[in-house]
Amino acid sequence: MDVSQYLEIFIDETKEHLQTLSDQLMILEQEPENMDTINEIFRAAHSLKGMAGTMGYKRMQRLTHDMENVFQEVRSGNMTVKSELVDVLFRGLDALESYLANIMETADEGTEDNEEIINTLNGIADAATGKSGTDAAPSATASSAKPEASKASGARYNEIHITDFEKGTFEKAKAQNENIFGVTVYLQEACILKAARAFLVFKALEELGEVIKAVPDVQDIEDEKFEMDFSLLYFTKENAEAVKAAIENVSEVKEAIVGTYEFEEQAQEEEAKPEQEAAKEEPKTPEAPKASAKPAAAKTAEKPEEAKPAAAKKPAKPAVGRTVRVDIEKLDVLMNLVSELIIAKNSLVSINSSEGDEKSDASFNEQIEYLESVTTNLHESVMKVRMVPIESVVNRFPRMIRDLSKKLNKKMELHMTGEDTELDRTVIDEIGDPLQHLLRNSADHGLEDNEERIALGKEEVGNIYLDAYQDGNNVNIEVRDDGAGINVEKVRNKAIEKGTITAEQAENMSDKEIIDLLFRPSFSTAEKITDVSGRGVGLDVVKTKIEGLGGNIECKSVIGEGSSFIIRLPLTLAIIQALMVELGPEKYAIPLGSIETIEDVLVSDIRYVQTKEVINLRGTVIPLIRLDQILDIEAGSKEVESLTVVIVKKGNKLAGLVVDNLIGQQEIVIKSIGSYINCSKMIGGATVLGDGEIALILEVNALV
Amino acid sequence: MEEINDIQNLEIASEGKQYIVVRLGTEFYGIDIKYVDNIVRNQRITRVPKAQRYFKGVINLRGEIIPVMSLRLKFKLEPDEYTNATRIIIIKLEPQSAIGIIVDEVKEVVTLGGNSIEKADTSDPSDPMIQYLSGIGKRSDGLISLLNISAVIVGREGKDEV
Repeated sequence: MDVSQYLEIFIDETKEHLQTLSDQLMILEQEPENMDTINEIFRAAHSLKGMAGTMGYKRMQRLTHDMENVFQEVRSGNMTVKSELVDVLFRGLDALESYLANIMETADEGTEDNEEIINTLNGIADAATGKSGTDAAPSATASSAKPEASKASGARYNEIHITDFEKGTFEKAKAQNENIFGVTVYLQEACILKAARAFLVFKALEELGEVIKAVPDVQDIEDEKFEMDFSLLYFTKENAEAVKAAIENVSEVKEAIVGTYEFEEQAQEEEAKPEQEAAKEEPKTPEAPKASAKPAAAKTAEKPEEAKPAAAKKPAKPAVGRTVRVDIEKLDVLMNLVSELIIAKNSLVSINSSEGDEKSDASFNEQIEYLESVTTNLHESVMKVRMVPIESVVNRFPRMIRDLSKKLNKKMELHMTGEDTELDRTVIDEIGDPLQHLLRNSADHGLEDNEERIALGKEEVGNIYLDAYQDGNNVNIEVRDDGAGINVEKVRNKAIEKGTITAEQAENMSDKEIIDLLFRPSFSTAEKITDVSGRGVGLDVVKTKIEGLGGNIECKSVIGEGSSFIIRLPLTLAIIQALMVELGPEKYAIPLGSIETIEDVLVSDIRYVQTKEVINLRGTVIPLIRLDQILDIEAGSKEVESLTVVIVKKGNKLAGLVVDNLIGQQEIVIKSIGSYINCSKMIGGATVLGDGEIALILEVNALV
Repeated sequence: MEEINDIQNLEIASEGKQYIVVRLGTEFYGIDIKYVDNIVRNQRITRVPKAQRYFKGVINLRGEIIPVMSLRLKFKLEPDEYTNATRIIIIKLEPQSAIGIIVDEVKEVVTLGGNSIEKADTSDPSDPMIQYLSGIGKRSDGLISLLNISAVIVGREGKDEV
């Protein structure tokens, strides 16, 4: 049996528990008397300890154990929750998280003992109780009290029957002066990974002797096909006490009952005496080889199992794959759609075979329509399966803001909405760092000091908002603060000083354009570099990352009132609705999500601003982009009176793309065109059209 | 470069290597068969704007989009003339990324042993072709320039090329 198969469950559940702990600690800090919270924390800590123990992560177990002790004291009312206590507990949580990170990468917890945290925790616990023994005593008494009570009823190993074959082994063992024990192990009711526990029991036993038989048998135990107890027969040179101690060392074992196993009585009950005696009389001749063969066979059988965990630990492969938990209902929907797809296919096949009559044409179209609706639904459902609520990323931020608040000595609060907004898994994985960066920025640069805020007549506590919401085909995430806002003049001067722009350019730039400079590489206006931010590897990284995800970011700021960063992310990554257009002989796809309107524009209406073509569309001046020039398409020489212009938007910016012809709307699958070809950023990928032709997808964000 | 050649020569010495012989104009080139995934007839190539000059565009090979480069343009020969014999050889250096190269004709597959391969002539360092060759194969009916295919695909363009 191999613990590594539980690794994924362990990691998943540990994450959940750590999150609960973190959430509840935050609440606890606000409401130190909240008993529900304390209980919740205690439960989470306890399960964590148990799971870490099961998996054999001793350091992790030790740390959680000590944390649990502290919670225990809190729960029993021996101490009150103070800020320092919460700080230490949070540090403990961090340490646990780093263990977990290690485990995820290497399946090993690493070697950091975190002695300091443990000592502090123990110090706190001891101070509260005035003793140093912690809670070892009660658990010891509990376990020593029980055996007497349950000995009579609990020694289930007596029910184990042995076969003729196994009896030989017994004889052999006896001859070697080994003790034969029956062992019954009871697990705690709350035990989660029963099979893993059992495995640890077996492992502990095998260090001291040899397990001959188990009831239920080893395979069943491995598959968790047992209640809270299992029994086994065991040979060892140790005495019963040592065996018992070894088993009870494994955590979450309620108790172990060890006693000498009277195999002869058992055997007699079962078998006819003569046979029994015959076996007894000549145990050394026919049975001896068998007997020695059995342990040997058992050993070789066990060896690979022992070797497995060791082998699993060694390689530095990432211990866990990336997974998505899927609601079974979503899978049912998928299954349904797939069966509809098969029906649609069959109908088409049958139409094809009855080719020729006129009726088939109509039903053919009908079937195509049906197929279309099925594939659209299928696409939607698959997308839904890949969607994960953004919660899993943002729920660590309250904690971060709390820490920042302490570190920066500013009072601030984080308000989050829309945590249930769903995004594609790949986006979720990547979006954490940029958001964290923006929040840090807000906390450090955005919000003023408390005194300053009071002087300005604002409320003392700064507010940071994180809002996520769906907007058409996009998901918007807004990071907002009610701080000082961006000082445009400061940015302007800095940009000139740094040589990013010339003084003349600066004159002509709008405030918005100046703010956009913040997204240039190595541009930080923070006067002093702090721990938190200001090293100059800031917003440009955020921007690159978000653009890498197919999204964009924009910044709005009102001086004195705060600033907000808006991230727009596409809902989907692989399949989009697009408008197909023709440019000369070539076809291109423009993602529908970025299209505002489509206009016919008279050539005579084109105006020039700084030698650039613009049009005035209902009061808005929109620059024109001649796609045929940008994309090096041989221009059609014919003179035209009006142009077809696709108006696209990127954030608030609009631009008009001049195209030759519109083909229509289509659902397209985005494919990469590979890394060898050095195409410009304007091409976002390619797609295969119905007739096998390839159309390139225009990246509007790079064009505008 | 030399080191690579040495390693390759060692390999060759132990056992013969198979090469696909292709024609560009009047010259013959050999491509190590282990990189060749497929050979397809010329098909409609979709141009990719602003790509390197020797990339003709992308093709659709059974739903997969594959960039196609012109060996002629890469080697600074005359632009391709598409004929019935024109083929696109699909090369896979890595499992996930295929690339097609256009050749005038695919002749045959030959096995060359160690003693029928000579080192390429490196005496003239200004010759841009050197980096693309791994050796010269000798055959009864002529010579084959053996291509170092990863250099051809990944290799940088010469300075004089835009």
